[in-house]
Amino acid sequence: MSSVLYDAPGPRARRNTLIFTVIALVALAGVVALAIVQLGRNGQLDSAKWGPIFNPGNQYFLAVWKSLGTGLLVTVEAAAITLVLALAIGTVLSVLRFTSTPAYRWLVVGVVELLRGLPVVITIYFASRVLPELGVKLPPLWYLVIGLTAYNCVIIAEILRSGIAALPRGQSEAAYAVGMSRFQVLRLILLPQAFRIMLPALISQLVVIVKDTSLGFLVVAGFSEFVRAANTVIQFFGGSEGINLPLQMYLAVAIVFILINYSLGKLAEYIDRRSSRSKKAVADIATPPVLVDAGIGRGAD
Amino acid sequence: MDALIAEFPRFVGGFLGTLRLCLFAAIGALILGTVLAAFRVSPVPPLRFVGQAWVTVFRNSPLVVTLFIFAFGLPQVGIVFPTFGGNAFFWPGVAGLICYTAAFVCEAVRSGINSVPPGQAEAARAVGLTFQQTLGTVVLPQAFRTVVPPLGSVIIAMIKNSAIVGAFGVTGELFSVDAGNTALGYSALSSLTGVAIAYLVITIPAGIALGVIERKIEVKR
Repeated sequence: MSSVLYDAPGPRARRNTLIFTVIALVALAGVVALAIVQLGRNGQLDSAKWGPIFNPGNQYFLAVWKSLGTGLLVTVEAAAITLVLALAIGTVLSVLRFTSTPAYRWLVVGVVELLRGLPVVITIYFASRVLPELGVKLPPLWYLVIGLTAYNCVIIAEILRSGIAALPRGQSEAAYAVGMSRFQVLRLILLPQAFRIMLPALISQLVVIVKDTSLGFLVVAGFSEFVRAANTVIQFFGGSEGINLPLQMYLAVAIVFILINYSLGKLAEYIDRRSSRSKKAVADIATPPVLVDAGIGRGAD
Repeated sequence: MDALIAEFPRFVGGFLGTLRLCLFAAIGALILGTVLAAFRVSPVPPLRFVGQAWVTVFRNSPLVVTLFIFAFGLPQVGIVFPTFGGNAFFWPGVAGLICYTAAFVCEAVRSGINSVPPGQAEAARAVGLTFQQTLGTVVLPQAFRTVVPPLGSVIIAMIKNSAIVGAFGVTGELFSVDAGNTALGYSALSSLTGVAIAYLVITIPAGIALGVIERKIEVKR
C-alpha cells in the first residue's frame, strides 16, 4: 500500500476505511450478481456452452482441447522463433549503432526509428501482402515471424542500448584503458552486463511478442494459431451443433494467455528483485532505467 | 507509389478516421485509467483488488481477444453496441481499446504517485498542511511530472494499437484504406507503404515532442 499519500491511519480513518470497504464489497457483489443474472437470462450459463471447454467429462472436451493445443503449439513456435531472431538482429543493431562512425550511424538510427514508429500489425500485414507480391512465397508462419521480428528487433536494440547507457562509465573507461578496441569493449564488457541488467525488460518484451502472435489470426491469410483454432471451434459448434459459445471460448483463450503472460511477468519481477539484491553486494551497477517500478508501460507496445 | 498519389484523398480520410478513433479512445482510457489508479492507491482493499485485477487481466491478454469478446461475446449476453456511421465494430473497437489502454494508463499513473518520496508528504503534513493541500500542492504536481513521459508512451502505443482495431473491421481508418485500394487493383506495396507513412507521420513527431517535454519537465532528484 502506498505510503506517500497517507499517514498511519488513526481510529477514525480506520473506521472510515472499514465503512468504505463494506460499501465497495456490496457494490462489487452487486455487479457480480447482475452479471450472473444477465448471463442466466440470455442462457449463457447453459452447461452445453461451458461443458465442451471447461468440463473434462464432456464428450467434446478432449477434441476441443486437442485442436486448441495444436494451435497453441503454433503460437509458442512463432513466439520462440521471433524471440531468437529478434534477439540476434537486435544485438547486431545495437552493436552497429555503438561501433559505427557518426557518418553512417544515422542509417541505423533511421531504421530503428522507422520500425519503432510502425504498428506491429502493419509490419505483419506488410510482410504477408508485399512479400508474395514480390515473388517471395513462404509458409504463413514466416510472414508472422518476419513482421513480428521487424518490429521487436528494434525494441530489443533499444532495450540493450538503455542497458548499456545505465552502466557506470568506469566500466568502458577501464576497458579502453587496458587497450581494448571499441568492439571488444562492447562484446566483452558492456553487452554481457547490459543483457544481465535488462533481462527483466527482455522477458517483458517476450510477453508482448506472445500477445502479438494473435495478430497472425487477423492479417495473415490461411494461418492457424491459437486464436484461429478457437475460432474454428466456435464455428464448428455454431454450425453443426447449433451452440453459440463465442463468449465462453474467448474467455478460455484469454485465460490461457493471461496464465502464460502472468507467469512470464512474475519471472521478470523475480529476476529483477534477485539481480538488484546481488548488485548491491557485488558492484555498484546502476539500476536499469526501465522497470523501475514493476514495469512502467510494460507490454504497452 | 501510384496508389499514394492517385488515392491521396483516401489516405487523408483514413488518417482523419484514425485520429478520431484515437481521440475517443485516449479520452476514455485516460479517465478510466486514472480512476483505476485511484482505486489501486486507495486504502480500501476491495477497490485495490479491482484495480489490480483489471491491470492483470487486460495487460496480459492480447488486444485481439479483448476486441473479440467485446464484439462477439457481449452481444450474447444482450449487450449490443450502437453502430457508428453504419459500422457495427466501431464502438466495440473503441471500448476494447479503452479497457486495454486503461490498464497501462493506470500503471503509469500509479508508479508516478509512488515515485514521490514519502518524505515530501511527511514534511507537508509536519508543517500543518491538510490532506487536500498535501495532495494538491506537494504530491500531485511532482507525480504529474514523472507521469507524463510514460503516459505519452502509452498513448503513442495506443495510436499504434488502433491499427489492430482497424484490422479487426472498423472501417474509415488508416488500416482499412488498404482494402479500398486493393479493390481498385493497386499493388499492396504502394498501398501499404502509404499506410505505413501515414502512421509514421503521427508516431515519429509525437515521439520527438514527447522527448522534448520529457527534458523540459524532468525532476532533478
